[in-house]
Amino acid sequence: MTALRALVDELIGLFVDDGALALAIVGVVVLAGIAAWLGAAAPWLSGGILLFGCLGALVGNVLTAKRR
Amino acid sequence: MIANLHAGSAVTAAFLASLVEAVEALTVVLAVAVVRGWRPAGLGAIAGLAVLTVIVAALGPLLDRVPLNALQLAIGVLLLLFGMRWLRKAILRAAGLVALHDEAAAFASETAELHEQANRHEQRLDWLAGLASFKAVLLEGLEVVFIVIAVSAGRGSLIPVSAAALAACILVAIAGLVVHRPLARVPENTLKFAVGVMLSAFGLFWTGEGFGVAWPGADLAILAFIALFLAAGLGAVALLNRRSATAVS
Repeated sequence: MTALRALVDELIGLFVDDGALALAIVGVVVLAGIAAWLGAAAPWLSGGILLFGCLGALVGNVLTAKRR
Repeated sequence: MIANLHAGSAVTAAFLASLVEAVEALTVVLAVAVVRGWRPAGLGAIAGLAVLTVIVAALGPLLDRVPLNALQLAIGVLLLLFGMRWLRKAILRAAGLVALHDEAAAFASETAELHEQANRHEQRLDWLAGLASFKAVLLEGLEVVFIVIAVSAGRGSLIPVSAAALAACILVAIAGLVVHRPLARVPENTLKFAVGVMLSAFGLFWTGEGFGVAWPGADLAILAFIALFLAAGLGAVALLNRRSATAVS
């Protein structure tokens, strides 16, 4: 059971290392999804949110890493 | 032309990522071989490869049944999480905030752990050593499988991408057999930086496609995303280094 738990933890760890970054990425994706769902007339909006949201999340995360 | 560019990026990403993963798995397998011999190390590695084969054989055909948009979205989000995690760590390592991954140190730590296990459970050691080898091959292999499936999803490039990943694994295995030491000279952080950039770019592209975004330039957008993630990563490293220099002075 412990070995199975460790394996599951390691599998989750493949995708989530820093919780704040993972949360920020999921937040950006949800926002982009809402924009895509609401704004079918402006499909670029969803793409823009994804692009600038992900870049912003990455840079913001590493710049604040030292403080955290 | 555009399709070739896409396939070329996917093949490069899979090759480099597989190189990194294979080097990490090799370090553990070699540590097991040094402490307990090649039998448990080899058996563990073969068992790991067998389980991987079963997983791929079982899940592979299922992927064809998933609607393309849902597959692109799911894989895109996972690639974003996976790629940006690598990129974040590579940026922090390049800026000196996190220690560089050292295969020689990882090898020493793994052998020390196996020696400690030997003192506690002498009669079960072969089993435990084989398990360490099995786990390393399975987990690093799962990362390779995920990357191969993710970067080739829905584009018919599964064969060249798989071949690139397999070539990287074979190359590392041969190098490991020849030198009998962990491959500490592989510039792992540079490779992780490059792969993190490429996987993040693919993740962004697939997630957008999953939402129905018509990226300007279609597949060419991936190259633009690679350039943007690279610029953001290098810019962040420069900013962190400048801050550290200011703090020191």
